[in-house]
Amino acid sequence: MADLTYSHTPPKGSFGKLILRWILYILLALFALYYLMPLFVMVTTSLKSLEEIRTGSLIALPREITFDAWKTAWSGACTGIQCEGLQPYFWNSVLLAVPAVALSTLIGALNGYVIAQWQFRGANLIFSLMLFGCFIPFQVVLLPMARLLGMMGLAGSIPGLVFVHVIYGIGFTTLFFRNYYVSIPAELVKAAKVDGANFFRIFWSIFLPLSLPIIVVTVIWQFTQIWNDFLFGVSFSQAGTQPITVALNNIVNSTTGVKEYNVDMAAAIIAALPTLFVYVFAGKYFIRGLTAGSVKG
Amino acid sequence: MKRTAFAAVSSIALIASSAAFAEPQAEVLHWWTSGGEAKSVAVLQKEFADNGGTWTDMPVAGGGGDAAMSALRARVLSGNAPTAVQLKGPAIQEWYEEGVLANISAVAEAEGWADVLPASIAGHMKCEGEWCAAPVNVHRVDWIWANADVLEANGIAMPTTWDEFNAAAAKLQAAGVIPLAHGGQAWQDATVFEAVALGILGAEGFHKAFVELDEATLTSDAMVAVFDQMRKMRGYVDANFSGRDWNLATAMVMNGEAAFQIMGDWAKGEFMAAGKVPGEDFLCASTPGDGFLYNVDSFAMFDVDGDDKKAGQDLLAKLIVGPSFQEVFNLNKGSIPARTDVALDKFDTCAHLSADDMKASSENGSLLPSYAHGMALRGAQSGAITDVVTAHFNSDMSSADAVAQLAQAVANSY
Amino acid sequence: MTEWLENQLPKMVLAPSFIAVLVFVYGFIGWTAWVSLTRSKLLPKYELKGFVQYDKLFASPRWDTAFGNLFTFGILFIVIAMVLGLVLAIMLDQKIRVEGAIRTIYLYPMALSMIVTGTAWKWILNPGLGIEATVRGWGFENFSFDWVVNPDFAIYTIVIAAVWQSSGFVMALFLAGLRSVDEEIIKAAQVDGIPTWRIYSSIIIPSMAPIFLSAFIVLAHLAIKSFDLVIALTGGGPGYSTDLPATYMYAMAFSRGDIGQAASSAMIMMAVVFTIVVPYLYSELRAKNHG
Repeated sequence: MADLTYSHTPPKGSFGKLILRWILYILLALFALYYLMPLFVMVTTSLKSLEEIRTGSLIALPREITFDAWKTAWSGACTGIQCEGLQPYFWNSVLLAVPAVALSTLIGALNGYVIAQWQFRGANLIFSLMLFGCFIPFQVVLLPMARLLGMMGLAGSIPGLVFVHVIYGIGFTTLFFRNYYVSIPAELVKAAKVDGANFFRIFWSIFLPLSLPIIVVTVIWQFTQIWNDFLFGVSFSQAGTQPITVALNNIVNSTTGVKEYNVDMAAAIIAALPTLFVYVFAGKYFIRGLTAGSVKG
Repeated sequence: MKRTAFAAVSSIALIASSAAFAEPQAEVLHWWTSGGEAKSVAVLQKEFADNGGTWTDMPVAGGGGDAAMSALRARVLSGNAPTAVQLKGPAIQEWYEEGVLANISAVAEAEGWADVLPASIAGHMKCEGEWCAAPVNVHRVDWIWANADVLEANGIAMPTTWDEFNAAAAKLQAAGVIPLAHGGQAWQDATVFEAVALGILGAEGFHKAFVELDEATLTSDAMVAVFDQMRKMRGYVDANFSGRDWNLATAMVMNGEAAFQIMGDWAKGEFMAAGKVPGEDFLCASTPGDGFLYNVDSFAMFDVDGDDKKAGQDLLAKLIVGPSFQEVFNLNKGSIPARTDVALDKFDTCAHLSADDMKASSENGSLLPSYAHGMALRGAQSGAITDVVTAHFNSDMSSADAVAQLAQAVANSY
Repeated sequence: MTEWLENQLPKMVLAPSFIAVLVFVYGFIGWTAWVSLTRSKLLPKYELKGFVQYDKLFASPRWDTAFGNLFTFGILFIVIAMVLGLVLAIMLDQKIRVEGAIRTIYLYPMALSMIVTGTAWKWILNPGLGIEATVRGWGFENFSFDWVVNPDFAIYTIVIAAVWQSSGFVMALFLAGLRSVDEEIIKAAQVDGIPTWRIYSSIIIPSMAPIFLSAFIVLAHLAIKSFDLVIALTGGGPGYSTDLPATYMYAMAFSRGDIGQAASSAMIMMAVVFTIVVPYLYSELRAKNHG
């Protein structure tokens, strides 16, 4: 992989350089403020008691820190008749997200490999047609998909949800892998073919080992989209198979009754933790993967 | 003789045992997910369980049922409809027309529903003459709530006409109090609108305009007057009303920031949860005008396969209209029972007022369905009207333009 | 025989995905087109009734607002997010000490579901609770920032929240691009004495054309899908001034039981997307073939 850093010409004069450096850091900090502001509001609200939220100011730090809201959000908030919080739904989302991400990534990798390295007539046309699928709004597909899922006997089940997410993830995963594989020299494939390797052998021994960064990129994107999806989750599940976004919606969007804002915020952060974890953990691979993926070719 | 008796007994035993094998099951789709309502529905679940049934909960919160409706549509199209669904108003008949509702007339007749439910409410629960839904409660929409202390301090009585309201509002503004606490969401704008319309058009005019969608009434001078009053109401709300949730507006009345709120009787639940006493801390009255705008929550039964689910539907229907559930649920929710023969001893003064008014208006023909809460019209029509109302409220559209747009939107929505 | 199989294998591997896309994307678009020509209300009906739904659509003032908002919001969102992403990437490219942490700070908003971040933004933007109240509390009595309750300006608050959510991802895309430009060219330019800003504008940015495409696709996709954000932040209000085709579609289909209307609005929206995206894709792929 190409070296990721290179040096810039420093501005002339060390005093000028210092001032510019300071300005840079101040600007970065100001932007950081913009990005962190809502998170700050969410975290402080989740640590306050309802009394304090009603009477205090938005931006103030909590006078007394309580973790009650967090406990409630995880195991006590009402999502209907059951008041068991987010916990029972967490596992549903995991059962849904992991296979869907794995499958769509694998399929995207194979598709990208084909389109990038095995030229045949119409490959680009097929690619464009698949890409356009990224734009279809989910409300459009909801009803016909419901009918089809019913006919396939997958309605209301987690495999059904996995199926739906894989189908609509293929556009993006193919895009990422195809852009990445396009930059791998065609000579490699030619040489392998001369050596007698076949289609799958080349994929397995040459392309896959090189793909770690783009796999991570795809996993991050797909995991975010699938874990945070609400529309498919609420429409294609039933009692017992509902993902965590449905539970979050039930906790937060109850129309009547006292709004427990602290529980709402805590619940939202809990629901986002797996995705945040994936981001932080794989952060460095993210940049490396995008480098080689979307840029060249 | 003995043989026939024996045969009779054994066949009865056979029937009884096979009926017992169909253990009632119900998957219930609803959007009562908040603390108080969830507790009320839990009462139904407990009764269901006590009678041998298994309740599977499928709650989907939000938007007064929008998300639930999208889930419902997907479920119905995939052939996997829930057993019972929280539906109300003409939506029930709309779903019936798609051919997906079940018939619960057997239960209704056995339990004598026709005798204990007011006629107009019973009408909503029927699909082409057959019972297809069970009513849970009767909410009154056209209430006006007030902070008793603020009114006393400013020498104001509960207004009985819209002119009195305007005069009171002027006084309050001079005293630095916000006359009307309001949340700027489309359904809240519509709620205020229909209360004003009822007062200005009268019961018959309201029926012509919002049930019959009579064009002459919709474009009449009276309708222009309704929009004129709405323009005045716009001047009585504070600057930050946009997007505010209704319960935050109620809080404004509770703490004296504002004097009045026009909202359905679920607002009473807020007041009482904060420990306020009706008649002392807060006042309830019908909005200026004669009539009673109702909003009835109900469960519709969908056509499902399986004896256990059908048994579940019958049991559920029976329990919903049963006196004990009607009493407990409505005590918690702030509405009154749909069933007229439930003793109201445990209910508060505002509920009593509501029940008396319901009886009186039922007798003189002014018991009317709320358009803003989906009782009078189908979604497409009521949505079109609300679009115009909320656009007018949030802009400086003239009343004449609003009335023209109203007629056009209704014509366009078929 | 095996050689024929070997030759067809790539197509066979691609085929399932392609067929799936044909059915589940284009097939469903076709279904939607059909329904948009019917009088479907609660559930789909298939009797063709001409262009009735389109007539109603174009006569609806709410659709006019939503459609106009698509362009206002879409253009502002895409342009601002791209510019901001590029600026942030260039700043982060300057060898910052805490780059990893700052990158995560700019990137994390995408992980949070809008269902609740919308509420946080609603509070922050609300004149009585958030920024306006705080700044006034600091003594600036005349400061006003009430866009969110103003029908003419509310759509801009949606842009603010949407940029917040997605610009971090765009920044990551650009940062990767900046870092992958060939070192030799940069060094040669530096040796020639070309100033830094010139290096950026004449060498680095033009070489990143493909990244602009990826960023554009991601942002356009997010702009069209922006549903949760609008509902959570303004509910489409004040009135319906922040309505977008996506929320219009949802309201028609699920709140109002008017699937025919929803379908027609969806078709118009996709036609717009088609006319913008397809030429871009075409030019980009041609360039890739020649590159």
